[in-house]
Parts: sequence; C-alpha cells; structure tokens
Amino acid sequence: MKAFEVQNHKDTRSGFGAGLEELGKTNDKVVALCADLTGSLKMNAFADNHPKRFIQTGIAEANMIGMAAGLATAGKIPFAGTFANFATGRVYDQIRQSVAYSNKNVKICASHAGLTLGEDGATHQILEDIGLMKMLPGMVVINPCDYNQTKAATIAIANYVGPVYLRFGRPKVPNFTPENQHFEIGQAVHLDEGSDLTIIATGHLVWKAIEAAQKLEKNGISVDLINIHTIKPLDKEAILQSVSKTGAVVTAEEHMMNGGLGDSVAQLLAHYLPCPIEMVAVDDSFGESGKPEELMTKYGLDTPDIIEAAERAIARK
Amino acid sequence: MKKHSLILSDSFTFVNANHLRIETMADIERLEKIASQVRRDIVRMVHAQNSGHPGGSLGCTDYLVALYFECMKHNPEEFSMEGHNEDMFFLSNGHISPLWYSVLARSGYFPTKEMETFRKINSRLQGHPTTHEGLPGIRVASGSLGQGLSVAAGVALAKKIDDDPQFVFSLHGDGEMQEGQIWEAALFAAANKIDNLISTIDYNGKQIDGPVDEVLSLGDLNAKWKSFGWDVLETNGNNMAKIVDTLKEAKSRTGNGKPIMILMKTEMGAGVDFMMGSHKWHGVAPNDEQLADALAQLEETIGDY
Repeated sequence: MKAFEVQNHKDTRSGFGAGLEELGKTNDKVVALCADLTGSLKMNAFADNHPKRFIQTGIAEANMIGMAAGLATAGKIPFAGTFANFATGRVYDQIRQSVAYSNKNVKICASHAGLTLGEDGATHQILEDIGLMKMLPGMVVINPCDYNQTKAATIAIANYVGPVYLRFGRPKVPNFTPENQHFEIGQAVHLDEGSDLTIIATGHLVWKAIEAAQKLEKNGISVDLINIHTIKPLDKEAILQSVSKTGAVVTAEEHMMNGGLGDSVAQLLAHYLPCPIEMVAVDDSFGESGKPEELMTKYGLDTPDIIEAAERAIARK
Repeated sequence: MKKHSLILSDSFTFVNANHLRIETMADIERLEKIASQVRRDIVRMVHAQNSGHPGGSLGCTDYLVALYFECMKHNPEEFSMEGHNEDMFFLSNGHISPLWYSVLARSGYFPTKEMETFRKINSRLQGHPTTHEGLPGIRVASGSLGQGLSVAAGVALAKKIDDDPQFVFSLHGDGEMQEGQIWEAALFAAANKIDNLISTIDYNGKQIDGPVDEVLSLGDLNAKWKSFGWDVLETNGNNMAKIVDTLKEAKSRTGNGKPIMILMKTEMGAGVDFMMGSHKWHGVAPNDEQLADALAQLEETIGDY
C-alpha cells in the first residue's frame, strides 16, 4: 500500500483561517462575517489585516446569514463563520430562503463540527449538518480532511459562484495531503488502488480510513481508498468506477448515519450498482462531553470500527 | 370612490396647510393615479387565481408607488442584481407580492401582461417573491418573515464598503416585528452606523389571527426603535403627499450615523371600502361580485393589464 507521510498535526479550522487570509490579499470582493467566534474560527488574521471587510455580527447568527445574503446580492463574496451547529441548525430557514432559494454566493463556514468538538458536549456537537445542508437544492457541501486540504478548499470556493457549506473541525489531526494542492470541487481524491473493498471517507475519518486500510492490507484485504471531500455534488463516476471493481463498500464520516455521506453513497449504489455497504457513522444518537478521541471510540468512529465494518462488508459479498 | 376619496382629499388639505416640499400638485395627482391603477391590478390578480393577500398590498400601495415613481433612483430598463449606484428596495413582508409585481410591471421591469400569470403554474410571479424564476426587480426571496432587514443591512453595508452613495429601502409588516431576527438586525445596523438604510414598517395593527395588540403587543414601537439607536419618523402611509414628503425627509436624514425607521400608519385594504377596518382581507381573495364592487371604487387610470 502507498505510504502517506504526516507532515505535521494541525487543526482544519487553521487551514480555513490561512485560506481566508490568503483570499483577503488576493480577492478584494471577499468579506468575512463572524458571530463572536473569531479566535475559534481562526479568522483573526483576516480581521486584523482587512478590518473594512471583516464584519463582527455578535451572537446573532440569523442576522449574520441574512447580511451575508445581502452582501452577496451587492457583489461581495461573503464567508460567514461560526460553529457548525449555529451555522446550520440554528439558521436553517435563513439559509433556505435568503441563501439557497435566492441562489446567493454565500460561503457558510462551519467549524467544530461533529464529536471532536469534545468537552462542550452535545449542545455544540452537531452531527446532522451535512444532511441539513445537502437537502437544500443547489447547496454545495464540502468536508475536507486536513489542514492543507481545508486551506485549498477555502480558496477554491471563492472562485465558485453559488452557495457553499464548508465544514471543518477543532482538533489537531494528521496533515498529510500536499501543500498548495489544487482543489477541485466535486472531484474525489483517489488515495490508493485496491481490489477487495472500497472505503469512502470524508473529513477527519479520512486519516482513520488510511490507518484501517494499512491494517486490512496486512490481513490480506486490498482496499481501494477514496477521500470524498465534496459530499454534494457527489463524484458518482469515481465511486461507481471503484465499486464496479471491488463490489463492497464502507463509508466513514463524523456525522449521523441518517443524512450523511453513507446515505448519499447508498442512494447512488442502490440505483446503479447494488452491493454490500457498511456505514461508519453515529447511529441515531446525540454526543456527550469527553476528549475527542474518547468520543470517537465510544461512538464507533475509530480505526477499529472501520476495520470491523470492512470485514462485515466483505463477508456479505 | 367612497372612503378612498376621503383619504385623497385629506392629503390635499395637508399639502396646502403644511407647505410640503412637493414641486407641483400635479406630481401628487400623477402618483395617485398610478396608485389607483396599481390597486386595480392587485384585486384583479388576487381574484383571477382566487389566492393572495390583498389587504396589506392595498395598504402599502401609496408607499411603494411613491418610492418607485418618485423617490428612488433605479433603472427598470436594465435591471442589475448588484444595483451599484442605484437605490435598492427589499420587501421583507413578501406576502404583499401582488403590490410589488404591479409596481415593478408599471415601472417597466417586465410586461404588465405577465400579471395574468400571478400564482399560476410556470409563472415568474410566485406567491411570494423570488429570484428563482429570474423576475427582474427582485433581488432576494421573501415570505418567511423577519429576514429582509438583515439582507437590506448587508446590502447597505456593501454600499458603504464600495463608497456607493445610494440608499437601501426595506418594507416590513408590523406583525413581522415579532420575529427575533428583526431585532438582531436592528442592533447591528445601529451599532455599525448603517445610515444609508431607510426601513419602513407597515403599521396597520393587524395580523392573521387578529389585532397585533391582541396577538402579541409590540408596546411602544417608536420608543423601541429609538432605544435601539434608530432615527424614527412617523407618517400616514395612505396619504400620498405625506408619504412622499416623509421619504424625502428620510433621505435628507441619511449620513448622520443612524439607520432610519419610518413607522407608517396604514389601513389594511385601503382604497376598497369593504376590505378596510378588519384583518379579514389579509389573505382572502374577492369573489366576482366583490371584484366588481372593488373596481367600481378604483379608477382605471393607465389601463388594465
């Protein structure tokens, strides 16, 4: 199996902050809004260097989304940042009417997504956001896997015209994708070739999927590995090409099973290529307080869970 | 003309008594004639599909006619989404769409004949306004209440960033003040000195379930907006001379560090006697007989679509 070199450990939210700061220098249409979480979202550099284009909205997310729609109407490219829970569930109707239905060029930037937010607990650990956002017609949904990819995705979405949901997280995780990579919205990254099983992972679960594939290989299972950073539009071609070769699938995501990546992949395969699918995701449950790694283990989102799912999928072939 | 003609004669008295900054009486007469045609359009559209919201539409007719035909710098011939160096209007209480459609069509944004398609399948004139079907003149969807003030504040802020000297106008229902997002936007606009924003509340005192005071009282709305840091004006929204004067006064007060709120007293159903005086006609269409009665009260001034 291909080797993946970990360059360092960094949080994906810092990748967002770095990408945003670069956009501040290169694209004067970019404006940023934040609802009292500037430091948490790593938006300080943009705020400090481009004060006229940084808008502190206070703890008022509904107004933030509405203002972003207004700024986009007038030709700006607004990046509206807050925690994933407050960026989606709290403001669903504002996003639905003022952004999605109105087709506004708003970038909803959501940090601290999923269980790895950790100790703050279930009030802040949204596991439904991908589902909420992917149901909105026209909404692009992106969940990059590491610092470098999040930075590249942040820069890429400024050049795409239309509403985007960009999801990232809090903890430091292995940073292994190329620095200054080209990010193509909707194009899966084929991480490794394999023949027995396809693993399709997104966000923080991509590194865990790599770890799982390495262990599975030692057990004689060859894994075709896909990093699906864009959940919508889904790279159907890449998935069908891989699964037509392997005939079994595991999906892995830090999200609820209902409405997540697994749902999208199952929908696709039910239409074109029915085969055994196992999903590594949270099964109809809220999270709780704890250290990120403890939570990932307790809620079944860890490397051993992917390995077990792979064995189940292969057994069903 | 019944009760509506009383409103008109009130306005003439008011003009004479107060020496308002109106160039000529003919201007007000011109606007009133347009408003009469717009009111005909509203009741005809709602009647044709037996669906829509005539009450608030009729109540806000004089305001929107004054805005589009007298007080706003805009370009109906070449509609631009971004609206650089133009005044821009946002309708937050989207259910009064028949009024907006009529005013847009009569301004030249799209053919008046298209009003025939209001609320029908495959139409650009959706029940609530939307950009989705590409209707010129509309810049954001509205209907779910409480969102338009934030959008208008965002546009006004963009104009400030771009040093664009033009204004942003928005209209809201009084019942809509019950939405929390309104007050988020109210805080933001005052704290950030969005003083190129001129918002108006259709203060008709009525909402679907009854009088606003009974459903959920707004208390002293003037004091609330003042305490939020807005410059507050009050006017009679069914008196053309007064509303024109108030809009001009509002424009003259921009640039002073405060967003501007106009509390506009209107009568739901204004211009059609049997639609006035209750909340009954908020979202009810007239039948054939009622349509004839309404049209008999509203002069056809420009020509029906």
